[in-house]
Parts: sequence; C-alpha cells; structure tokens
Amino acid sequence: MARQLLKGNVAFAEAAIRAGCEAYFGYPITPQTEALEHMAKRMPELGRTFVQAESEVAAINMVYGAATAGVRVMTSSSSPGVSLMMEGLSYIAGSRVPMVIVDVMRGGPGLGNIAPAQSDYNQMVKGGPHGDARMIVLAPATVQELIDLTAEAFELAERYRCITVVLADGSLGQMMEPAELPPMTEPRRAEDRPAWALTGASGREPHAITSIYLDPEEEEAYNQELQATYREIERQEVRFEEAYLAGARIAVVAFGTAGRLSLTAIEAARDEDIAVGLLRPVTLFPFPEERLRRLAHEVDAILVVEMNAGQMLGDVRRATRERVPIHFFGRTGGVVPMPEEVLDAIRGVQAELMREEAVA
Amino acid sequence: MSVQAPNPTLAPVVRYPEALAPTPTHYCPGCTHGIAHRLVAEVIDELGVREETIGVASVGCSVFAYNYFSVDFAQAPHGRAPALATGIKRTSPDKVVFTYQGDGDLASIGAAEILHAAARGENITVIFINNAIYGMTGGQMAPTTLAGQRTTSSPLGRDVKLQGHPLKMSEILAQVDGAAYVARRSLHDVVNIRRAKKAIRKAFEVQQQGLGFAMVELLSSCPTNWGMEAQEALDFIRDDMVPFYPLGEFKVPGNGAPGGAKGDGQHPKGGR
Repeated sequence: MARQLLKGNVAFAEAAIRAGCEAYFGYPITPQTEALEHMAKRMPELGRTFVQAESEVAAINMVYGAATAGVRVMTSSSSPGVSLMMEGLSYIAGSRVPMVIVDVMRGGPGLGNIAPAQSDYNQMVKGGPHGDARMIVLAPATVQELIDLTAEAFELAERYRCITVVLADGSLGQMMEPAELPPMTEPRRAEDRPAWALTGASGREPHAITSIYLDPEEEEAYNQELQATYREIERQEVRFEEAYLAGARIAVVAFGTAGRLSLTAIEAARDEDIAVGLLRPVTLFPFPEERLRRLAHEVDAILVVEMNAGQMLGDVRRATRERVPIHFFGRTGGVVPMPEEVLDAIRGVQAELMREEAVA
Repeated sequence: MSVQAPNPTLAPVVRYPEALAPTPTHYCPGCTHGIAHRLVAEVIDELGVREETIGVASVGCSVFAYNYFSVDFAQAPHGRAPALATGIKRTSPDKVVFTYQGDGDLASIGAAEILHAAARGENITVIFINNAIYGMTGGQMAPTTLAGQRTTSSPLGRDVKLQGHPLKMSEILAQVDGAAYVARRSLHDVVNIRRAKKAIRKAFEVQQQGLGFAMVELLSSCPTNWGMEAQEALDFIRDDMVPFYPLGEFKVPGNGAPGGAKGDGQHPKGGR
C-alpha cells in the first residue's frame, strides 16, 4: 500500500473500514464531520451499515445495540457531542461490549469553538462515564499514527471487552499529510460473532446484556471483575514514545499534537545546547506511570505542555511523586501553541535550573 | 415446558408459552404487564421465531423484562431502546427485534429516539405500555398522565396550563411516513386483550415482511400507583383512559395517508 496524501478525519474513517468495522453511527459535528461523510459514502458501497442518527445520544446507543450483536462498531464525534455520549458510554462499559470512539477534540467549555484543543483529557481519561468505568485512551500525534491506532483500537476493545477511545484533536482531524492505510479486512462472518453476543437463543440459553445489578454485593463483585480487567490493561498496554531523553536534564511531557509541536521546540532548544528531551504518552489510560516514576530520577525538571489548562499535569505530578520541579505550559480555548512559545517555556525552565545551581 | 396429556383424547388447550420464562415476575398484583408479556410471548411462539428474536428492555417497571422472556435481550438506557434496536436490526437484519417500553421511557425521555426510529422506518416492533404514570419511581406524572389526574408530582391533578397536555403517541407516530403499522389497544378486559394480541401479531408480521416500523400501544393498569383496587383500575382504563386514548389501528400497511385511519369506533364500554 503506497503512501498517499490523506486528511486526518478521512484517514481514520478509512482505517476503521479496513480494520473490518461493520457499522458506523454518528452525528455531524465540526471538526470531525468528514469522517461521518466518508462513512456515509463508503459503508453502503461495501454493504456495511451507516446511520446518521438524530443525535449523539441516539448514535452511541445505536453503537451499543450493534455492539451487543457482536459486530465491529464505532462512532466519532467532537467534544460537545462526546459529552452527550457519556450516558451510553457508561452503559457500554458496564455491559462489557467492545466499541471504538474517535474524539476529535475542540475548544470549550460549552459550545466553545471548532479549533483544536486537548481539553477532553479529564473527561475521557478520568472516566466521564458515571460509575467506576475506564476506557483505553490512545493519543495519536500524526495522521499515520491516527490511522494505526484507530485500526488497532478494535483489537484492544475486543481483547478486553471494553471501550477504546482514540483521542485526536481538530488539527489532526483537519490536516493532510502523507500516510499509508492498512490492507482491507472483511468484517467477520455472522457465524463468527463472539459467543456472548445477542444472536438469537438458538440451541442455547438466552443471553441478557445488561448493566443493572440491584444487589450491591453482586454489583461490587462485577465491579471487581471490571477493575481486574483495567489492572490487566495497565500491565499489558502502556505505550509511550521518547526522543532525546538520554542525558537530558529537562523532560517535556506532552501528548498528541502538543507532543508533536513540542518536539520541534525541543530540537530548537537543543541547538541552543539545552539538554532537553521528550516523553510522549501514547496511551493516556493506561498512563505510563512507571516510566514517569523513573523519569523523575533521570532529569532535573519536567515541563508539561498541553492544549488545555493542565489536565494531564495532575497525572504527571502523581506519577513522579513531584520528586523534581514540575512546570506547566498550556494554551486553552482552541489556541494551538507555537513551537516558539514552547521553546520560551523550555528556556525558562533552563534559566531556573541555572539560577538554582548558581545559588548552590 | 411441555404438558403430557394423560389421555390422547384430552389435548391441552392452554400451554405456558415457550417464549415466556417459567419464573415469577416482580410486577404488582393487578398490573397488566404480565398480560402484555404473555401476549408477546404467545405471538413469538405462534410465529415460531423464539430462537431468532432479540428483545430490548427499557428503564421503568419493565427493566427486568429480559428475565421474563426466553429470548436474547439487551437492556437499554432510559428512552434509548429504539436506538439500540436500530443498531441490532441493522447489523442482524435476519433477526426479529422488538422493544418493550413504558410511557415515561417512550414518550418523555425517549421521544426523539422513537420518533426518528419511526421516521427511518426501522424494521422493528415496539410494544408501548401506556399506564399514564411512572410506576418504578413510585407514581409521578407521566407524559401520558390524563388532565386532572393526580400523581405524586401533580398532587392537585395535572393542570394542563402548568404541566402540559398528555401526548397521544399512536396518533403522532401514525403521521410519520416510515411507520407501517400503529395501533392502540387496551388490556382492561378479555375482548380487548384478544384484540391486543391480534395487533401484536400484526406488528411482528409487519417486521417479518420488512414493511417498516410497527408499534402497538397498550393501555395498561397501575393499581399500586393509581391507589386503586385491581378491578377499579381496569374500570379506570375503560372509563377514563379509552375516551381520551381511542382504540384502533391508526396506520396499517398500504395506508400511507398521514393520520388517515381513525379509531375503530369501539365504544369505551363495548368490551363489557
């Protein structure tokens, strides 16, 4: 498969199709609408299911229905639309049926705007869904990574019978860059649907897929099963990317687009002989706890860069036990920081290190 | 469950439906949910589709419907059963898919989902239990509570100027082009129960024929939350609900005229 120039939203939609996604339900919202439009054209062509729902509330519940039937299913939306889906996401997590959602984040709160942001971190990573539910959260930084993670999201969702979120942002959704799509996978055959799925009680006891357990003890036992799955995900699925951390005195920690533009700033800073590197979490849940714990012993300062008011920052503080000074640089409301601004922030951290050394 | 006839000439005239799970329900004495469940189960048996049927339970008294039917079931968030049914039917078009929803679920919080499922002509069957009250939460005003009817959240009686008018969902949905079959029946006496079963059967057959959205609204009793004896509650359906919610088929396949069908002219007391 050759590299081609692809727009992020179209790229992840096509990647999902090629990963065998059999049904898509969605509702138009900027800046992810091209994904819905791509699905509207491609899914019927391939004899698969596309429905434009009457709302995000309905869309996520259509996803829920298709997931109970045991097919590969997804939706995509952007921040305000994802807020509307929280009810359904909680039921889906509570019913242990697999699905994939791509959140192309935009500026908020409220209607906000349609510019890129990372301010759904808390909502998606800390569990917007009510109850002790978690979702695997993957944070791509390039269109290629958006493609790869979307395709893989289905495997993860099915392996753990959970929700996998691809947490992108408006810039990734809207930008075009060269990327390679995976080969086409056909949807699974009806007879290959998972054993737990609702396929009609033919020659077996009826299945009920539900999230209600009226007896608190029973609900707690069920929660313990869910938590055991989440712990297993934490053991198996942590991913991150590093650059220039060998010998670095400052580590920038940033995910997604913020990680990408921080790398540009880091390379400029290194030209100024500042020993700075990058740690870019690719999985936000599970969070690279262990790597950050070690990082706190390897560097003299950490700078967290986000396109929000400091949401991942709390996790970095917790994972490092604040063993090193932790600085933060963020822009909010849909403002994408320029690499020069991040470079200035790095210079600021460097200056502080020098001052401390001068005092010592 | 099979009942062995002791004498070959004495064949059983009544059997426990195979599609109905042999288990006691949690429904209150005098509640008509049990009758509605049995009618649906009998129709599933008669059509021979038990092993290919997928039900969707809603939130309300019928939240545990999946325990009472011997078919596959999903349990939907409040009001969203038609959306789940859409997801199931679109990806399993060879299955028979039905929702079982109360009035708060279908006509209040799920008003958008039911309207758009009908508009899309989703090939599903909807069983709509209208007992004019929120049963599970203990007797609050429903979107179908009658004008003047007392509930715990309309303690002085529903004042339509302040609390709005009851919704006639069958008439509303019959206007929608995607709806193929819409009927309202009542469960207050034997004659009406038999008519209700015929309508439920039609609503499943319409789905089997791929004709589109089908719904049967069933006027039902809630003696507990109405504060009535069981028989009094059935009389309330006949005397108070039927006059406001006329019985009949409001849309039948081939009858595309919006709102073309009228009530079938059954006198509210005609069943007695």
